[in-house]
Amino acid sequence: MEPAMSEALHNRLEPEARHAPPVRPEYERPLEQLAETTSSQALPLHRRLWQRGWLRKTLILLCLALLWEITARLQANPLLLPPFSAAIKALVEDTLSGVIPARAVNSLDVLIKGYAAGVVLAFVLTSVAVSTQIGRDLLSTLTSMLNPLPPIALLPLALLWFGLGQASLVFVLIHSVLWPLALNMYTGFTGVPETLRMAGRNYGLRGLRYVLLILVPAALPSIIAGLRIGWAFAWRTLIAAELVFGASSGRGGLGWYIFQNRNELYTDRVFAGLIMVILFGLLVENLLFRELEKRTVVKWGMTR
Amino acid sequence: MDIMPSPLRENSAPPFLPLLVVEGVTLEYHAPGRVVRATQNVSFDVWEGDRFMLLGASGCGKSTLLKAVGGFIPPREGRILLDGQPIHGPGPDRVVVFQEFDQLPPWKTVRENVAFPLRASGGVSSSEAKERADYFIEKVGLARFADAYPNTLSGGMKQRVAIARALAMEPRVLLMDEPFAALDALTRRKMQEELLALWEEVRFTLLFVTHSIEEALVVGNRIALLSPHPGRMRAEINSHEWDLKSGGSPQFQAAANRIHRLLFEEAEATNGAGDE
Repeated sequence: MEPAMSEALHNRLEPEARHAPPVRPEYERPLEQLAETTSSQALPLHRRLWQRGWLRKTLILLCLALLWEITARLQANPLLLPPFSAAIKALVEDTLSGVIPARAVNSLDVLIKGYAAGVVLAFVLTSVAVSTQIGRDLLSTLTSMLNPLPPIALLPLALLWFGLGQASLVFVLIHSVLWPLALNMYTGFTGVPETLRMAGRNYGLRGLRYVLLILVPAALPSIIAGLRIGWAFAWRTLIAAELVFGASSGRGGLGWYIFQNRNELYTDRVFAGLIMVILFGLLVENLLFRELEKRTVVKWGMTR
Repeated sequence: MDIMPSPLRENSAPPFLPLLVVEGVTLEYHAPGRVVRATQNVSFDVWEGDRFMLLGASGCGKSTLLKAVGGFIPPREGRILLDGQPIHGPGPDRVVVFQEFDQLPPWKTVRENVAFPLRASGGVSSSEAKERADYFIEKVGLARFADAYPNTLSGGMKQRVAIARALAMEPRVLLMDEPFAALDALTRRKMQEELLALWEEVRFTLLFVTHSIEEALVVGNRIALLSPHPGRMRAEINSHEWDLKSGGSPQFQAAANRIHRLLFEEAEATNGAGDE
């Protein structure tokens, strides 16, 4: 075996033992005419439908609802788990009677105030952080200290300082939005390529104009990610806060609606409230953020 | 196309002053824990209409030098004068074309990319900015792509946009930092041709950093040779007699060999001395 193998290796490595490629005639010729491009064939209908993301997701949701319905009917205790149909019925009833819309408006009112304030503060804090060393230190210290602190843990303090009212809710909302957003924004700003920064300064841009016209758009993928996370945190915090301390001056939100109905053992209404909370999440995620991404960073090729 | 300028500099003393004066410039930058000297006592003059090349191996501080002229790095010693005035920070009178493709803001179309700096640096109405952008986009042959976003363009096209953007700003001096180094050889050749054709038409002043001897000879009319670690002036050589057609000629080869010797012999000699 050994000598045969070494012979094979020898044959492979010795140049004269290898086949020399044949010398072939050369040619030059005019370029071929461009072929007619055939338009891509249309896919069959079911394949085209399957390519729609929203359709696939709706299918998943329908399956989940069906599973819920079946489980609830088998378990047959609407006090613990009402069927999906009952929850939807309650949702429709309370929506038509105006209870849920009023609650949702109250929640959204607080949410938008807190969210907007958080975004503005995050922007100010990160702008300071990108331009000065002390700002950088301030941001990193504050975020590492306060980001892990659950907003709900601040609620008792907020109630003490601002009393039973919107101000307390807005305070905890700011806390829930500010740190994750600032962290993301800062990461985005530091990730802007050096060349792009120099190009921006080359235009003669300085200060706020430089931040707004160069850094913000260049960091937009991270900023949108931060806005998303901030939105989810804020929404979560708000519902939880409403559950804990209930109505603010008689104008309760969705969390309060859920809490109240649980007390009265209207479990189907509890689910209706939860569905409403989920629907808002889906709506904002898919309509607002997805659309924002599509029109900006996806179009510009900054993310997929 | 005749790209050989009259040998004005050699025979008669020109009645005007150099556009850009770099005088005894020493540049340093901070690496973690130490200070690195990029260039030491570098001086050269660039005259209006020059295609002035900074040539050297990597580590000779040529890019750092260009960034100093761009105003991004203040010199440790020495001074940089533009039109007799010391420069202060980056500005639209010295526009840089970088090597990296990400110098174009990806959120702006080709036209916006060229027009935006005109608006940002002030003094130009939006309609005039658009008009000037279209003019220069057409000049670099990208009229069909004026509304495209940079992510849909090839590397060569992105560099063309960067050149159009720089020219549209009508800088006193155009700074190019190895603009074609990241392109494939065929595209690079084409871009060199186009750059020379543009210079022929617009007659801008160019300060161009390269590590390619051939590119320096072909594109430039005068070449400054820098030796590395830290960058020091080795020689200034005239190259106005060479163009893209003179590629393989024996004289061209001789000039290339001369530059090669100047750049590497001295470096080897010092390295040898250091070893002993």
